[in-house]
Amino acid sequence: MSTNEKAAVKKMLLILSKATLDNVYACFILANGARMEGIEAEIFFTFFGLEAIQKKKMERLHVATVGNPAMHIPTMLGGLPGMEGLATSMMKKEMEKLDIPQVPEFLEILSASGAKLWACKLAMEMFHLEKGDLYDDLDGILTVGGFYDRAKGDGTHLMFI
Amino acid sequence: MKKEIAGASLDVNEEGYLTDFAQWNREIGTELAKEEGIELTDDHWQVLTFLQESFNHSEPLSIRGIGKRGPVSIKQFYELFPEGPLKKASKIAGIPKPSSCI
Repeated sequence: MSTNEKAAVKKMLLILSKATLDNVYACFILANGARMEGIEAEIFFTFFGLEAIQKKKMERLHVATVGNPAMHIPTMLGGLPGMEGLATSMMKKEMEKLDIPQVPEFLEILSASGAKLWACKLAMEMFHLEKGDLYDDLDGILTVGGFYDRAKGDGTHLMFI
Repeated sequence: MKKEIAGASLDVNEEGYLTDFAQWNREIGTELAKEEGIELTDDHWQVLTFLQESFNHSEPLSIRGIGKRGPVSIKQFYELFPEGPLKKASKIAGIPKPSSCI
């Protein structure tokens, strides 16, 4: 086995802890991209990241316009009513042009691609969520220990988003 | 680079993708698939034909596009061409490596 093969990425474990649209897309695109390269991919949805798999919320995720210096608008303006909605709809339009699906469809693509999707047990208890509140094709609910168990094997990488 | 396969001499890039689709034929596709450990069935051929048509119409290829417009579902696509379906299928189809991230 060559050095390259030894160092190859074989599995990506992504932890999504936020539900701003930019973070959710970064996570989904990395997971999907891994599957496209023949790399295993799993996502652990924890804390606010759980919103990305909540049936009632997944279609209404927003871009953050406050506390986000890359928006290049003054923070005070970013806080005005409607600003987040405006920024979000602009971003969604650009994404559709690039053939990037919206969150519910993206979850379906990830499931079909063989990516595994896990909800964090503790965060679910914290937000008083039941399994029925979440995306139907979830692979299950895990504790932190259960998630680390999935990290066994050479070439596994963990990433916190 | 040159590559000898199915009695033909093909122009390929350093990753093994054909650089001239005109050199491709079904026998070459069958041999390229064998190199990837795939025995082509009718379902495989339907996907390969779809990819080639998309390429000929300069339509960008993506996993989402396969699911929406292609002959098989995304799940079947991954089953037919395991471990990197879009890259693998494109190589067998004799078209360039897709540059899409999604």
